[in-house]
Amino acid sequence: MSTGMTRVEPLSAQLAEVQVQMEDHARGHGLDFYPTLFEVVDHDQLNAIAAYGGFPTRYPHWRFGMEFEQLSKGYSYGLQKIYELVINNDPCYAYLMRSNGLSDQKMVMAHVYGHCDFFKNNFWFSKTDRKMMDHMANHGNRIRRYMDRFGVNEVEDFIDACLSVEDLIDVYSPFIKRFDDPIANRFRSGDEVDEPEPPGRFKAKDYMDQFVNPPDALAAEVEKRKKQQLVQEKFPKEPMRDVMLFVLENAPLKPWQLDVLAVIRDEAYYFAPQAQTKIMNEGWASYWHSTIMTRQGLTGADVVNYCDHHSGTMATSGGRLNPYKLGLELYRDIEERWNKGRFGREYDECDDYETRRKWDTGANLGRQKIFEVRKIHNDLTFIDTFLTLEFCREHKFFSFGYNEDTNYYEIESREFPKIKQRLLFSLTNRGQPMITVRDGNYKNRGELFLGHQFNGVELQMNYARDTLTNLQRLWMRPVHIETILGGVKTILSYDGKEHAVEQFKPSK
Amino acid sequence: MYTKIERDQSRFKQIVRGKIRENLRKYVTHGELIGRQGRDLVSIPIPQLDVPHFRYGHNGSGGVGQGDGEEGTPIAPGDPDDDEGTGRAGGDPGGHILEVEVSLEELAQILGDELELPRIEPKGKANITEEKLKYTSIRRTGPESLRHFKRTYMEALRRQISSSTYDASRPLVVPIRDDKRYRSWTTNPQPDANAAVIYIMDVSGSMTDEQKQIVRTEAFWIDTWLRSQYDGLERRYIIHDAAAKEVDEDTFYHTRESGGTRISSAYQVGVELMNRRFPFSEWNLYVFQFSDGDNWGEDNQASLRLLRDQILPQVNLFCYGQVESPYGSGEYLRTLRDGLGLEAENLVLSEIRDRDGIYDSIKLFLGKGK
Repeated sequence: MSTGMTRVEPLSAQLAEVQVQMEDHARGHGLDFYPTLFEVVDHDQLNAIAAYGGFPTRYPHWRFGMEFEQLSKGYSYGLQKIYELVINNDPCYAYLMRSNGLSDQKMVMAHVYGHCDFFKNNFWFSKTDRKMMDHMANHGNRIRRYMDRFGVNEVEDFIDACLSVEDLIDVYSPFIKRFDDPIANRFRSGDEVDEPEPPGRFKAKDYMDQFVNPPDALAAEVEKRKKQQLVQEKFPKEPMRDVMLFVLENAPLKPWQLDVLAVIRDEAYYFAPQAQTKIMNEGWASYWHSTIMTRQGLTGADVVNYCDHHSGTMATSGGRLNPYKLGLELYRDIEERWNKGRFGREYDECDDYETRRKWDTGANLGRQKIFEVRKIHNDLTFIDTFLTLEFCREHKFFSFGYNEDTNYYEIESREFPKIKQRLLFSLTNRGQPMITVRDGNYKNRGELFLGHQFNGVELQMNYARDTLTNLQRLWMRPVHIETILGGVKTILSYDGKEHAVEQFKPSK
Repeated sequence: MYTKIERDQSRFKQIVRGKIRENLRKYVTHGELIGRQGRDLVSIPIPQLDVPHFRYGHNGSGGVGQGDGEEGTPIAPGDPDDDEGTGRAGGDPGGHILEVEVSLEELAQILGDELELPRIEPKGKANITEEKLKYTSIRRTGPESLRHFKRTYMEALRRQISSSTYDASRPLVVPIRDDKRYRSWTTNPQPDANAAVIYIMDVSGSMTDEQKQIVRTEAFWIDTWLRSQYDGLERRYIIHDAAAKEVDEDTFYHTRESGGTRISSAYQVGVELMNRRFPFSEWNLYVFQFSDGDNWGEDNQASLRLLRDQILPQVNLFCYGQVESPYGSGEYLRTLRDGLGLEAENLVLSEIRDRDGIYDSIKLFLGKGK
């Protein structure tokens, strides 16, 4: 029960054989993965597991029920179907839908090995918890225990509040040391002030002292330094992106609440790289299922089925960008470019269309290159580095924007820089506004002051208000966020009773 | 784990119901949020179930798509309520308004629970039954007018094939008498508890679109409730200024006249309609009248007389809803109250100040259980 994985049903002999084949093919291409366990489940189970984000033992929460409801509705109306589900864990867990035919299962397995390789080797996953299956189960048990003890509503209510800020984490923090370890500062109490020399005093002989160090100048200097120190003692010292951590360390919460908040933060960090590498990860898995299937896996009986389902996953409809397709095509494009030596200064500087089109140095570095790409990039750097004008043209990309007058999203441009900019924007900070803690002792009243780094897109007001409401429940004191609305600096506040909006007209 | 997900699912459903309950006022007052889907499903967007995050709004947002189209081609609507984002901001398709589908029955149930509406007892003629015909079966005999063309030819074809008279190169199928098949019916006795609603509205110049929207929303909920209480619900619409006429639903909500106001004209049309189409011995009749309270002074007596002598004795309920208008006098409510208020127990008067007043008004109208 502790892992929920104890009753893994052994694969049928037929599937087990397919797994061995697929694993061999995958290894043969140089994919490298943790041991991978497949489990066959029926659609209800698969929907349930998917609703739990892949972890059947997760803590109870209504939103998983909502997710399940949508998935199973979608399934029963024939709108959508989950083919596969892989969990980043050591060992990797993967679920297969029982009702899928054998050719589907083959393709899914090949796809899964692509994901597993990505999980294990992509840099952005390197700090994720590889025993998450166990730890999620622990989280579940802990939260269930709190629910028994403090009441389901109470705990669930608190979880809801935490979830409101679950995206306010610092996805780069696992890789950067942003602060000194708190331990280092622990032995210095607050009133210990190091003041080595009286400030601003120059060395001087006694009789010259009052001329070299005039008393009023000294006093002014002291004053100035005090002020500086006040500024330095800002809390936190620098704007902090991990709002969850700041709340965790500083909000007056009960022990169980702190634990719940920590659980949700842990899980947010665990899932963050998946959001950061959606295009790359899906593209990589699709690249490998198509490579393995078309070169080795397919038998005559599978072909039509395979083509149907492969093109189904690659479909772009209604002008939407499909991450599977974008990722796959971009890897293929990179592979071709590096195979033909279409990179480096000489190529970049060549502006003769015909020469470029026929460019082929026979470098044959494509495969090697894409393995390198899957190791070091995330979606943002992937697109930034490898999206080319030719690629955008070929795939008919366009950028769209919101038109306030018509209340419609409209095609904005087919120019490469514009498209790239839009795409990068949507990937920056996982498409979410950049929010930091600016002051945890705002107005010296213990109020929390957040800042939104404005970059041209306004916050959605009703959501911002509701988020503040939830944040206030965590912080217990009034909370504020500074943003830009209609070109004007604006502070939204919530003090536990009322929302307030303060706008600063530009002074002239 | 299946029981776990079921637990979460039912918890979610409870919350949804709870949400509907808590925010019912909101949905009642924002009738336009209710999109009818198909015949008896409505979907209610419940944005509250989204866990709120800081996220991008529409302004300045956008993304990248793939496919054909010129610059300026619209590809997706923003949202009708510009406050509720579609979540496409920043190209992120994740956020969305969850639409919970609730059948009209369920919706009526929720409405009834929330407003503590009593179930309606149909007027004392539950013993009246009606024979209902249903064409459900096939027979070998019957009138030619009920001949089932396809079945008949199928039979003929079958016979010809089995007797080897069918020639595929010359596919001629000729039915003989034995081949003929006829539709047949069964009769079901059905208790007759039908209701008719007659909506009357003043469309003179003083009623603005805002008032009409209120009427429309209120009528939607009234329909929903009554439909849940009766087997069948007939709806009729009468508009009037100085003269009245019966119209269809669409015209009802979209007509605007400039003339004066003579309420008795509408009553007269209503009375004729009831006598002709809905004899009160067979129908549960409801009349809902909406107006801003204007009437020509000399018409008041005529109106009261019609109402007292001809309408009230026939109907289960006569409801007068007065919407507040910047132009209307609001006199008529007083006229009714003074003229009839105390003696008639099936007369309900309600003042609807604004959208939020709809809730109370429905409760008042339908709270009598008639």
